[in-house]
Amino acid sequence: MKLDSMYQEIILDHYRNPLHRGLRDPFDAEVHHVNPTCGDEVTLRVKVADGVVEDVSYESEGCSISQASASVMSDLVIGKKIDEALELEREFLALMQSRGTAEGNEDVLEDAVAFAGVSKYPARVKCALLSWMAWKDATAKAVDPAAATGAAPASAGAPLDVPEQEKP
Amino acid sequence: MTLTESRLGGGADLAAGFDVEQVRKDFPILARTVHDDLPLVYLDSAATSQKPLAVLDAERAYYELHNANVHRGIHVLAEEATGLYEATRDKVAAFIGATDRREVVFTKNSTEALNLVAYAMSNAETTGAEAQRFRIGPGDEIVVTEMEHHSNLVPWQMLARRTGATLRWIGLTDDGRLNLDNLDAVITDRAKVVSMVHQSNILGTVNPVARIVARAREVGALTVLDGSQSVPHMPIDVAALGVDFLAFTGHKMCAPTGVGVLWGRYDLLEVMPPFLGGGEMIEIVTMEGSTYAAPPHRFEAGTPMISQVVGLGAAVDYLTALGMPAIAAHEHAVTGYALDALATVPGTRIIGPPTDIDRGGAISFVLHDEAGRAIHPHDVGQLLDERGIAVRVGHHCARPVCLRFGVPATTRASFHLYTTTGEVDALVEGLHGVRRFFSR
Ligand SMILES: Cc1ncc(COP(=O)(O)O)c(C=O)c1O
Repeated sequence: MKLDSMYQEIILDHYRNPLHRGLRDPFDAEVHHVNPTCGDEVTLRVKVADGVVEDVSYESEGCSISQASASVMSDLVIGKKIDEALELEREFLALMQSRGTAEGNEDVLEDAVAFAGVSKYPARVKCALLSWMAWKDATAKAVDPAAATGAAPASAGAPLDVPEQEKP
Repeated sequence: MTLTESRLGGGADLAAGFDVEQVRKDFPILARTVHDDLPLVYLDSAATSQKPLAVLDAERAYYELHNANVHRGIHVLAEEATGLYEATRDKVAAFIGATDRREVVFTKNSTEALNLVAYAMSNAETTGAEAQRFRIGPGDEIVVTEMEHHSNLVPWQMLARRTGATLRWIGLTDDGRLNLDNLDAVITDRAKVVSMVHQSNILGTVNPVARIVARAREVGALTVLDGSQSVPHMPIDVAALGVDFLAFTGHKMCAPTGVGVLWGRYDLLEVMPPFLGGGEMIEIVTMEGSTYAAPPHRFEAGTPMISQVVGLGAAVDYLTALGMPAIAAHEHAVTGYALDALATVPGTRIIGPPTDIDRGGAISFVLHDEAGRAIHPHDVGQLLDERGIAVRVGHHCARPVCLRFGVPATTRASFHLYTTTGEVDALVEGLHGVRRFFSR
């Protein structure tokens, strides 16, 4: 079945047994992002120190793709230098925008390459990106609280020309 | 898994005298396949209905033979186009039991029809004394229900913000009906307008309009009915309903997108201020100011959606020929069948009335895996799509309903005149498959 390319076993594993789930202290910034087209929500906390992502924790509600993505993302960025983690985010975003044409670099993205198949489903790309966008926003706030505008809810799909799915 | 054509048939026996297989032949799209070779199982008619050939032909014929702007020309084409456009007004009036064709106003959709009334109310502030009935301000109240589509909620929230009026709402019971216990306390003599949905697009509930209209009348409030999900599915008689306004949308009743209707009692339309200004809606224009045309033209500013209106006329003819009572009976039978069939899928929680009494063919539910964990509707919808089954997932533009029932979203299967029990069987089989997939 074609769907297997979206619902990879790795994704289903993370969905069933999510890593880093449950909000933790201490943290430097907390954000709440929603995907208004489907009601996925994530509250995410970030702790940074000396240019390193020390901790990421979250509480989320949503489909298997968004849940698994939060798990994979947090496990991937924790312990990385912020710059490296931001580079990962760019790689993942590019993969999601590839419309099924890219496979992703497994050496860099590790478990996150499993989401390559999701990029073929425009309606689901936002699900995969939700926690990444939340993490990026929270990290920006943690690094420079003054620069943080507080804006960006619903921004998960902003850089994409993903068709709106929610119609009556 | 491949479903054969015969598996998708059935249902002709459910409502006597209605041959669903014959009806399906009128809808070319229903014969297509998806994902290479799977028959399409279209269970998303509450989002939009499919279109019969008669409607497609009417639009095409309009452009091939009659295209011109309406109400502004003395040549043959202009007269023919105007005649076709205005003929739909007669058809729609007859379809909903309106005795006066001037009571039918064409809009873009239900959303615009509802906004039209809401904006007319705030515009009444700066209109003459004749519009008194529509004025609203601080201390006044607007009443809606907790099951409104965002299109019948947000315009009223905006009206409240513009005018300082207060928004109130009738709450819901656990089985998805309006809680009328404290109706008299919610609709008081401060209420200026009561606007509610006739049939909920998310719960399927058909609301007791008479009861609420009686209370609204008692306190002198205007009544608005959102018929987006009722006009396409049941016989409608505006006189019997007793409301002041009725909004509905063509694309859910086999017509093209881009056309809707606001029906309003003529004595009210006559004194109602306009919403949009422009060509066609005026009487006399000078640089200093203008007077407005009589209804319905006062509310139809600019070049209207002519081909879509023509298509709507064809859709009304099509539905009328089949008979709305027969269509309603067929859908009622399919709905009852579906409720029974869904009850056989373990872990299914219906969000909305559990029985087919006073409910239409839009069934929302949440599916759980074998461990009792809710499977997110997005995942349900994706796996069903893989089998060629189209359902809607999300909050269905009625997020407060999801909040009320404590779910982030639902999966919704919705039916129309062309839906078969075989399609319901395919859905049920698909749901078993989804549960197996997520219980691995
Ligand atoms: C109950 C209800 N009201 C209003 C609407 C809005 O209709 P439209 O989007 O055509 O304006 C819909 C569906 O879209 C609906 O189901």
